[in-house]
Amino acid sequence: MSASLTLVIVMAVMYAAGVYIMLERSLTRVLIGFVLVGNATNLLIFIMSGRPGSSPIITGTARDLSMVDPMPQVLMLTAIVINFGITALLLALIYRSWWLAQLGDEGDNLTDEHATEAPGQNERDFRSSSDDDAAVEASLDEDGEHDDDDEHDDEDGGANVGARDAANTSGRAARPDGGAR
Amino acid sequence: MNPAGILAPLVVALPLLGSAIALALGRRPGRQIGISVLVLAAVVVISAVLLVLVDRGGTVVVHVGGWQAPWGIVLVVDRLAALMLLVSALMLLGVLLFAVGQGILDGDRETPVSIFHPTYLVLAAGLFNAFIAGDLFNLYVGFEMLLSASYVLLTLGGTGARIRAGVTYIVVSLVSSVLFFSAIALLYGATGTVTLALLAERVPQLAPDVQLVLGLMLLLGFSVKAAVFPLSFWLPDSYPTAPAPVTAVFAGLLTKVGVYAILRTQTLLFPENPLSVPLLVLALLTMLIGILGALAQADIKRLLSFTLVSHIGYMIFGIALGTPQAIAATIFYVVHHITVQTTLFLCAGLIERVGGTTSLARLGGMLKTAPLVAGLFFVGALNLGGIPPFSGFLGKVALFQAGAELGGPLPFIVIAAGAATSLLTLYALTRAWNMAFWRPRREIEDYESPMLDRLTDDPHDEGTVITKTISPLMIGATTALLALTLSLTVFAGPVFAFAARAAAEIEEPAAYIDAVFPDGAP
Repeated sequence: MSASLTLVIVMAVMYAAGVYIMLERSLTRVLIGFVLVGNATNLLIFIMSGRPGSSPIITGTARDLSMVDPMPQVLMLTAIVINFGITALLLALIYRSWWLAQLGDEGDNLTDEHATEAPGQNERDFRSSSDDDAAVEASLDEDGEHDDDDEHDDEDGGANVGARDAANTSGRAARPDGGAR
Repeated sequence: MNPAGILAPLVVALPLLGSAIALALGRRPGRQIGISVLVLAAVVVISAVLLVLVDRGGTVVVHVGGWQAPWGIVLVVDRLAALMLLVSALMLLGVLLFAVGQGILDGDRETPVSIFHPTYLVLAAGLFNAFIAGDLFNLYVGFEMLLSASYVLLTLGGTGARIRAGVTYIVVSLVSSVLFFSAIALLYGATGTVTLALLAERVPQLAPDVQLVLGLMLLLGFSVKAAVFPLSFWLPDSYPTAPAPVTAVFAGLLTKVGVYAILRTQTLLFPENPLSVPLLVLALLTMLIGILGALAQADIKRLLSFTLVSHIGYMIFGIALGTPQAIAATIFYVVHHITVQTTLFLCAGLIERVGGTTSLARLGGMLKTAPLVAGLFFVGALNLGGIPPFSGFLGKVALFQAGAELGGPLPFIVIAAGAATSLLTLYALTRAWNMAFWRPRREIEDYESPMLDRLTDDPHDEGTVITKTISPLMIGATTALLALTLSLTVFAGPVFAFAARAAAEIEEPAAYIDAVFPDGAP
């Protein structure tokens, strides 16, 4: 069996970097580490296919064509799908963990980086998608109402500012609600 | 096609199909329950039939989709796999009934419980797939299925404590999966196949040092899942936070899949048992450190988690010895431990419901309030501790006999440690029982009766009513599982004879190879 040296080096670097990042405290970095290590393993099994040769399955029909071993690719494909699913699950988990940390009541001590920030600072970032929707609707309503007044103004800019303001106010208004969850 | 060839794939296909239907019926909890119970009951029947067929007619091999073995997916049901299928299906059904009883009582008919049944069935499918996998990659897929489902079940509800415990569990499991997958890649590079039967023929032809590296990598990946000592610290931190039925399934079955994988790969791929001495040392450390951890716990669920780690040591001991008697004893012990550990965790769930907590500092006087739970927990504790005539005693004696027959200083040291562990288990569990059930309540400072939380105003009358905390279904499920552990004592003779036949079968890799490749390996 022979393999491309480039692939081996890339795999080694990915393993090393992935393991290093996985040891960090932040969950997002753990996720990035997992993705790197998972793909390094995919490369490892790809390297194991070696150079193209005669096919093990189709005999007689394509003897003169050199074919690459299909097995590692099948295994890789399955592994990529599995890693994809688990990455999605981890992202959801990280989001939930961040959400709990932002609430503070039953916060998760794994995301410590927000501890140093001022208490009011996070509230501005903290809004749910429903708040966004509400803000967009509010700004659309505003646009409809003040269509005549805003003629001299840049329309897009006005809508954006309106959305941001509405989001901030509704974000703050929704906070006790979110805290009760 | 013979009937067994149709039945074997159904074991995986039925739960997956049931899971899809249950997911579609998310808004109708009643039908979800019906589907899950029906599917698992069907799997119990199928695996019982398979057990009889395999015991009479020999190993069942299914080439999925008609692709022949080295290229296609092959499912292999031998005696060991059939036994594990039956026991795990029974456990899953029992725990499901317990969970249903608990859910009905809580009136919890909304999300996130609607996701419980589909996920539970995926867990079952992954578990069954791992048991009947005929190639390493299918084993990996089975592991990933059950692990993905377990990630969801462990973080059910997404509370702070569960997310925190879940993250530890998920990251540790991911690392072990990557190790296992890397081991598969290296095995493929060395032998050009992932089919277990072909590996069994080719791995012994490799250079001894290459064999050692491959064996160690597989062992490392599986040991994390089985919670063997230096790799077991994640377990007591993550299991106890999950809901009681989930913890019971995890404790009973998830670690045993790791043990099953170690047993399968070490006997089939490395029949010369090159890792015997390190495994013996690991077994010794797992037993002692696990049980010493259990002694220090003040919470019943954490205590049980530590005894779980400790008793994995017995199974590793049997695998390390590697003689047919030792493997037979290991198989018997695995069956015993799956049933008894699941039952004990269900008892802990009942204690939590009755007493409002599982902390030993705040429990007391429950012998009067819940005499039935007291009895269930007591019998389970005696069984796990290895008091004659229970199956825990029989399994341990069989293991010790196998060790003594092999002789040598190290096996005898492990036997001594095993006996000590057995006594310490008994001590830890009876201490927990004394504190929770026997101790009068006045000995607890600031005792607050959990009854007060359950008093609510009756909407119809003027008075107050007490919310029921345990339903007959929960008690019934726990009692049924306990009866199953006791039947292992009553029918120890036939079960042990079956385990001996299963051990003789897996001690002969040639038989496994012949079953998969009747015309000789390519």
